Amino acid sequence: MLSTAVIEVENLTKRYGDVEALRGVSFSVSEGEVFGLLGPNGAGKTTTVEILEGLRTPDHGRVSVCGLDPQRSGAEFKYVIGAALQSTALPDKMRVREALDLFGSFYPRRRGTPELLKRFGLEEKRHAFYAQLSGGQKQRLALAMALVNDPRVVFLDEPTAGLDPQVRREIYGIIEELKKEKKTILLTTHYIEEAERLCDRVAIVDHGNVIALGTPRELKERSGAVTRITVRMSRPETNGALSTLEGVTECRTEADDYLLYSTRVPRTIVALVKHLEERNNELVSLEISAPSLEDIFLELTGRRLRD
Amino acid sequence: MSHTWALTVSRMRLAMRNRAFLFFSLIMPIAFLFIYAGIFGGGNRQAVPYLLAEVLALTVMGSFWGLSVQLVTFREQGILRRFRITPAGASAMLASSLISNYFMTLPTIVIEFFLARWVFHMSGLGNLTSVFVLVTLGTISFASLGLIVASVTNTMQETQIINQIIWFVFLFISGATIPFPILPNIVQAVAVYLPATYLVSGLQRAMIDNTGLASLGSYLASLIGCALIAFLISAQLFRWDPEAKAPRRAKLWALFAIIPFLLLGAWETANGSLRSHAMKDLQSITQPASLERLTR
Repeated sequence: MLSTAVIEVENLTKRYGDVEALRGVSFSVSEGEVFGLLGPNGAGKTTTVEILEGLRTPDHGRVSVCGLDPQRSGAEFKYVIGAALQSTALPDKMRVREALDLFGSFYPRRRGTPELLKRFGLEEKRHAFYAQLSGGQKQRLALAMALVNDPRVVFLDEPTAGLDPQVRREIYGIIEELKKEKKTILLTTHYIEEAERLCDRVAIVDHGNVIALGTPRELKERSGAVTRITVRMSRPETNGALSTLEGVTECRTEADDYLLYSTRVPRTIVALVKHLEERNNELVSLEISAPSLEDIFLELTGRRLRD
Repeated sequence: MSHTWALTVSRMRLAMRNRAFLFFSLIMPIAFLFIYAGIFGGGNRQAVPYLLAEVLALTVMGSFWGLSVQLVTFREQGILRRFRITPAGASAMLASSLISNYFMTLPTIVIEFFLARWVFHMSGLGNLTSVFVLVTLGTISFASLGLIVASVTNTMQETQIINQIIWFVFLFISGATIPFPILPNIVQAVAVYLPATYLVSGLQRAMIDNTGLASLGSYLASLIGCALIAFLISAQLFRWDPEAKAPRRAKLWALFAIIPFLLLGAWETANGSLRSHAMKDLQSITQPASLERLTR
């Protein structure tokens, strides 16, 4: 499929005093794509997004959104983007419905408040003050406000940070719906699950650099991260034999389980089954744990994401 | 324009839900009227227009606090950043501060007139056109000055402190509390450089001598000049982000706001009609007894 880049980021740098927040970030996002910036806090994700939103200016480098420069193009740019900031704050005494009405009034093309209230499950809360909303409700309102102008590009900065798992899944559902509407979405996150579940492509960001970029699957395949196969058999085996199976790089025992680390999972499994047949041994259980983006991050940086 | 209006309506709504704002913009000025007319005036009907003019001036000067402070809260809480990604620009945000503040001040002014008329039996209403124009220009001027303070201060506390200092200066040496002619000469000489003094004196002339707009030229010029320059400077200084601290350059810019007053003060000092008018207004309404009470 041929697609044009909706968001382009080229060699972005930004420094706050002594801190180099961005050291040459580049990527591009195609129409209708959900693109994730994954990285620990302070990696430069928010700075990148806020430059794209026009809230910050880069020191060097170039960005364009729908062919527009966020700094130079005025209203035209603002009509095509929608955003939920890392912490969207509203006046405490503003009512939910009033917020959507007010923000909607700034745009020539807008979605109706009743439609948004319904879609984001805020109908019952429409007369509530902002201060009375729960964290999840505030976040749903922030998302509704991001869509008030029916934008082409949506920026979501840590859309589920600080929310409990159930509310987080609710937000995932909303983002998946946006994906179906073919919105171009740039989201930042430090949750692996979120990146793997929602994003078509992910850029792993660390210390102001993009250290890996691709689909979650590509990233895993490309990386040297190995898959773990946990096997249990009816009779014990000698370790030596299992570690010579095709693709196995390492073999360990853990209680009754054998942990085989493999770079070529299908071949290892075939070889394992053959081996057991030859020995008249039986397979009791087998579990495959694919490497997650967390493993890849660990491999690339030597640190865990939430350190 | 429609953005400004939408913001204005929204901010008025928020202000009406804010008890502190209602107290300072409605209850307090009316309490001042009762204290001035009831206690200082001591039942002297003739003194009411003079005292009402002071209370009106005090109410108008309250714009200094008004919705400019709301803007600081918006900025510090990160609310303004969310507006920044919408097409509503800085000028709409600033203009909505002035307009909503104006609409929130007018009812207080009207109530003060009613109370002066019906509770304190004020006989005339003065020159209402002049009063209206002075109140309008004054409200916009002082709210614009408040916007400058909002832009050069970095926290709510800082804003409150600076506002309080300026407000007290305005209050005590402009004639809004102590009648101008009673002030020591040196204070009077300084006061002619303050916009507040022109507001107070202008309102007194309109209330007592029924002075029309044509004769209030220098007063109107001072307030229009103040409003224009202060608004332009506040637009120049406006900040969306709590993190972006006010640069030192900004504080220098803010000083430009006093230029019109230096010019006007110099002109006033040379030509000196404000002082004689202020004296005449005070004499015209005070019997010796109540003047004594005022000075005490």
